Amino acid sequence: MSVELWTIVIVGLSFLIYLYIGWQSRVEDSKGFFVADQDIPSIANGAATAADWMSAASFISMAGLISFLGYDGSIYLMGWTGGYVLLALLLAPYLRKFGKYTVPDFVGDRYYSNVARLVAVVAAIFVSLTYVAGQMRGVGIVFSRFLQVDINTGVIIGMVIVGFFAILGGMKGITWTQVAQYLILIVAYLIPAIAIALLLTGNPIPQFAFTFSDIADKLNQVQVDLGFKEYTQAFANKPMIDVLFITIALMVGTAGLPHVIVRFYTVPDVRSARYSAGWALLFIAILYTTAPALSMFAKYNLIQSLHNQKIEEVRQLDWVNKWEKTKLLAFEDKNQDGRFQLTPKKETNEITIDKDIIVLATPEIAKLAPWVIALVAAGGLAAALSTASGLLLVISSSIAHDVYYRIVNPQASESKRLFVGRLMVGLSLVLAGYFGVNPPGFVGEVVAFAFGLAASSFFPVIFLGIFDKRTNSTGAIAGMLVGLIFTIIYIVGVKFAGMPAWFFNVSPEGIGTLGMVINLVVTWVVSRFTAPPPAEIQALVENLRTPDLPEITPMNRV
Amino acid sequence: MNQQKHRAYWRANTSLIRNLLIVWALVSLVFSILLVQPLNTIRFFGVPLGFWMAQQGSIIIFVVLIFVYAFQMDKLDRKHNIKDE
Repeated sequence: MSVELWTIVIVGLSFLIYLYIGWQSRVEDSKGFFVADQDIPSIANGAATAADWMSAASFISMAGLISFLGYDGSIYLMGWTGGYVLLALLLAPYLRKFGKYTVPDFVGDRYYSNVARLVAVVAAIFVSLTYVAGQMRGVGIVFSRFLQVDINTGVIIGMVIVGFFAILGGMKGITWTQVAQYLILIVAYLIPAIAIALLLTGNPIPQFAFTFSDIADKLNQVQVDLGFKEYTQAFANKPMIDVLFITIALMVGTAGLPHVIVRFYTVPDVRSARYSAGWALLFIAILYTTAPALSMFAKYNLIQSLHNQKIEEVRQLDWVNKWEKTKLLAFEDKNQDGRFQLTPKKETNEITIDKDIIVLATPEIAKLAPWVIALVAAGGLAAALSTASGLLLVISSSIAHDVYYRIVNPQASESKRLFVGRLMVGLSLVLAGYFGVNPPGFVGEVVAFAFGLAASSFFPVIFLGIFDKRTNSTGAIAGMLVGLIFTIIYIVGVKFAGMPAWFFNVSPEGIGTLGMVINLVVTWVVSRFTAPPPAEIQALVENLRTPDLPEITPMNRV
Repeated sequence: MNQQKHRAYWRANTSLIRNLLIVWALVSLVFSILLVQPLNTIRFFGVPLGFWMAQQGSIIIFVVLIFVYAFQMDKLDRKHNIKDE
C-alpha cells in the first residue's frame, strides 16, 4: 500500500474517532458547553491540556528549530514547560476554586469591574486569534503535503471536523476529543524518534540515547569541521540576556494563556486541579524531552547523508527527491565539484534545509514503513486541530459568556446562552478559516507574540488578584493597559517599523518579560494609592485561598 | 475554619510555593542560562552538563516539582482537616 493510501486510511480513521467522540459528548446546557460539567478526571484533563497546548508548532516545527539553534533552542524547551510550574503553583488551584467559566470572568469578578472584564476579553480574543490563524494554516499545509489536496481545501476539511465536535459538544466535546488527539500525536511522535535513536545509537529510548551516546561529541566535531559553532555551545545565536528574557516571557506567557487556564475549570475540585497540572506537564514532557534528542539525531544524520556526498548518490535517495519537490529542501552545486557542501556562508552553502522537514521527513529518512509516515501526518493534524479547538472555545466563550451573558443580557435563558455559545464557535471558526486561507503575512512572526502579550496582560493581574488582597480595580486596569500597550509598541515597532531594540537589544519575542514586570509594578503602585477593594472582594480572595469554603459569588457591580 | 487556622494554612501554602519556585528558578534560569558556560565544562555522561540541564534536566525537574506540590498540599489539607468542597 502506498504512503498516500495509508495516509487517507489513518487520517480518515482518526477523524472518525473525533467525530464519534464529538457526537457522544454533545451537551444540553451552558455548564457542559463552557466547562464540561466540571467532571473531567485529572489524568484525562492532563492529556487534554497537553494536546490543547502542543500545537502544530510544537509537533512539526520545534524539533527543527532546536536542530538549527542547538543549545539556544532551549528557550522553547524550558520556556514552554517551565510555565506549567507557575501555573500549577500560582494560578490553577485558585482559579478552580473560583469556579466560573473563563479568564475574563475571574478578572471581572475579582476586580468588580466590567471595564476590567472587557480589557481581559479583548486581550483573550487577540491572543487566541493570532494563535489560531497559524493553526489553521498548519492544518492546510499538512493536508496538502500528505493528501495532495490544495492548502485551502485542507483548511476547509479541518474547519468541518473542528466545527462538528466544538459546536455540538463545546468544552465537553473538545476535552474528550483532545484526549484521543493526545494519544495519536504522542504515538506518532515517538515512533520515528525511537527508530532514529535505534538507528544511530542502538538505544531505543531517545532520552537515554541523547545522554548516554557519543552523538553530541560527534555532532560538535562535524559542525566545527564545517565552520559552524559547536551544537552544544551556549549563546551561539543569541546573547545571554536575550535567551533569559525570551525564556521567561515564554514561561510566564504559557501560564497566562487563556486556553490553557480554562482547562483547569473543567476538573471536579481544587485537589484535581493540582494533580491535573502535574499530569499535563508529564504528558507534555514526554514529547518535550524527545524533541531535543530527535533534533540532535536528525541534524547529525542529515549532515552525514547529504554533506560532501556525490550528487548522483544524493539523488538516489527517495526522501530527498520527495522533499525537493516541496522546495523545503534545495540543492545547488555552486562550485561544480559534483558534490553538495553545507557551510555557514551564504555564498558557498549548497544545501538549504527548511526547519519544518526535520520531524516530517524523519520517518522517511529512517526508512520506516509507509504507515508510520501516515501516522505522523495524523499526529500533526491532531496537534493542530486540538489546539485550534481549544482556542476557538476561548474566543467564543469570551463573547458568549463574558460579553453577552455577563454584560449585555444577564437575564438570558439557559437555552439562549447555549445558542449564543454555539453561534460564536461557528463564527470564530469561519474567521479562523478565513485567516487560514488568506494568512496575514505576519502570522508566523506573531505566534511568539501571543506569549508576550499573555505574559504582559493576564499573568500579573491574576497572580496579584490571588496573592495580594490590596490590589484593586484601578490598579489592575492600569497595569493591564500599560503592560499590554508597552509590549505591543515594542513588538510592532521593532518588527515592522524599524525601531531599534533599545532595551539591551532584547528581541521582540522576549520583551513580554519586561512588559510583565511593568504591569506588576504599575498594578501594585496604583493599588496602593487608591481605595482598597471592598470588603466582599477581600472575602472572595480569602475564600479562593481555602479549598473547603463554599464558593461565593460577589455582587456584579456594573 | 477560624481566622487563625486559616492564616496558618495560607502561610504554610505560600512558603511551600516559595521553596519550590526557588528550585524552579535555580535549575532553569540560573543553572541552564546564567551559569551554563561554567557548567558546560563538566561532563554529564555523553553531553556537557549545562546543555543537558537546559534541554532535559530542567524539564524533568519541573514535572517533579508539580507533583511534590500536589503531594505536600494533600498532606497540608489533611493536617488542617480540609475536605475539598
